[in-house]
Amino acid sequence: MNRFVRWAVKIPALVLALTLTGLQGASAGVIEDIQQRGKIIVGLSTFVPWAMRAKSGELIGFEIDVARKLAEDMGVEVEFQPTAFDGIIPALVAKKFDLVITGMALKPKRNLSVNFTRPYAYLKVGMAANKAKAEKDGLKTLKDWNQSKVILTIKRGTAPGETVARLFPQAKLRQFDDDAQALQDVLNGNAHGFLTSEPKPTHYVLDNPNVLYHPFGIAPWDPTASSIAVRKGDPDALNFLDNWILYHELDGWLQQTHDKWFKTRDWKKLVE
Amino acid sequence: MSSVASPEGDAGAPRAQSRTHSVPWWRSAWFDVVQFVLLLGLIAWFAWRGADAMGYRWQWYRVPGFFYRKVDGAIIWGPLVNGLVVTLEIAAWGLVLTLVIGLVTAILRLSDSLAGRALAVGYLEIVRNTPLLVQVSIFYFVLQPLLGFNNPLWAGIICLGFFEGAFASEVIRGGIMSVVRGQWEAGAAVGLSPSDNYRFVILPQAVPIMLPPMAGVLINLIKHSAVLSFVAVFELTTEARNLIGDTFLSFEVWFVIGIMYLCLTISLSALVAWLERRVRSRG
Repeated sequence: MNRFVRWAVKIPALVLALTLTGLQGASAGVIEDIQQRGKIIVGLSTFVPWAMRAKSGELIGFEIDVARKLAEDMGVEVEFQPTAFDGIIPALVAKKFDLVITGMALKPKRNLSVNFTRPYAYLKVGMAANKAKAEKDGLKTLKDWNQSKVILTIKRGTAPGETVARLFPQAKLRQFDDDAQALQDVLNGNAHGFLTSEPKPTHYVLDNPNVLYHPFGIAPWDPTASSIAVRKGDPDALNFLDNWILYHELDGWLQQTHDKWFKTRDWKKLVE
Repeated sequence: MSSVASPEGDAGAPRAQSRTHSVPWWRSAWFDVVQFVLLLGLIAWFAWRGADAMGYRWQWYRVPGFFYRKVDGAIIWGPLVNGLVVTLEIAAWGLVLTLVIGLVTAILRLSDSLAGRALAVGYLEIVRNTPLLVQVSIFYFVLQPLLGFNNPLWAGIICLGFFEGAFASEVIRGGIMSVVRGQWEAGAAVGLSPSDNYRFVILPQAVPIMLPPMAGVLINLIKHSAVLSFVAVFELTTEARNLIGDTFLSFEVWFVIGIMYLCLTISLSALVAWLERRVRSRG
């Protein structure tokens, strides 16, 4: 076969192959996909005690329980994809998982990119602050904390970011990838306070009573709702999940499970 | 059939067209160009197809707002511009630090002093063989409180300076060693002290040789500055990640950031290429 004939065969073959790869059937919705696959793929981010690693290496926590109950009710398996929190919505939009169950606070800006179900839990924001540093800089009132010499830390992309923007716009905000690093900056005395959702500030203060304290009491700010996030354009998924949440609100399972993880720290022996 | 074989033989490059016969069309230059354009077109089409199948709503119209906004006639610079300024600051100071540390380490390594050589080799091996992320974390979370200062930007610049300084020192050492032994001896014979020898005889000859690999080290400096986003230095990558955390436009923002870094590094390459030409023409 001479060169020309070879080219005349290669090009159409290539075009055909590429066209076939581009052809994808339209999805009938995520519930349908889950049932066909027999498995829910859940995106989450580790936050103690919403989702964390037990000593055995498996994931445990409130969100894990919620996801497992959902899978049980749907009659399918569940697979978890831990992801960095600031990348979780882009990953959902890119179809890396079916749902996001990670204690995500329902916020209008996020709602523009993804759909939220009705709330299945509620969150409040608190601060764990460095006692010595706050005393040295004379920080007592809300106004004192709202100065450019104050350094606050948060985990990138989380709800307290808006609390800081609203209450402490003059303060410097350092965003870290993980709770541990954000807290470490405060423990080291390089930052004044770490804002995050309760019950974490309470836990941190209990664990480090000599270094940390609550400048404004426990969980004083910004109550928000935790919802499951799904991709836009899927009313069936939204309907199913909303009603599933309503059902377990009525039978008390959600409250019971929430109390188990948030009211006590009995699960600590599983992680340490 | 010509009885004289063409200089490169039949399997030679089609570029040299002998005057006795021209190249067949499938080996000609224009066909090369056509193939290249087709390939680029294919890749672009593939990428666009994939993006389309994702059902993602591209919001490119929001991107200029990340660079600047006009409020009441005054321009407010957006996060990407602020981040770029900090990255340039890191690159500038990091460059100075890298060259200084590199030069000092290279000279220590080539010196007669055993302690100097041991120090240089110890530093080199430790820094070259640990990941940058680990070093940045140690500088920020461990050394900062130990040394009692609280400045993420400078912690980052110093860490990067030490990291790239190790690679730079090897480049400098290679350049110096490539200068013929005779030059050292000639300089000593004329009565120059070692430091004057370095300054007037050795380094001017070593620098043209060092420039190409040094460009690589400096480009690495700019790329590695992205790692500082791990410790909340407000450089370009940090601002990009915070922006994505706020707006969820990860595709648009990451493309733009990639292009910005590319512009930075290509400018640096061009600068070094110009320097190389200048140094060579002095000869």
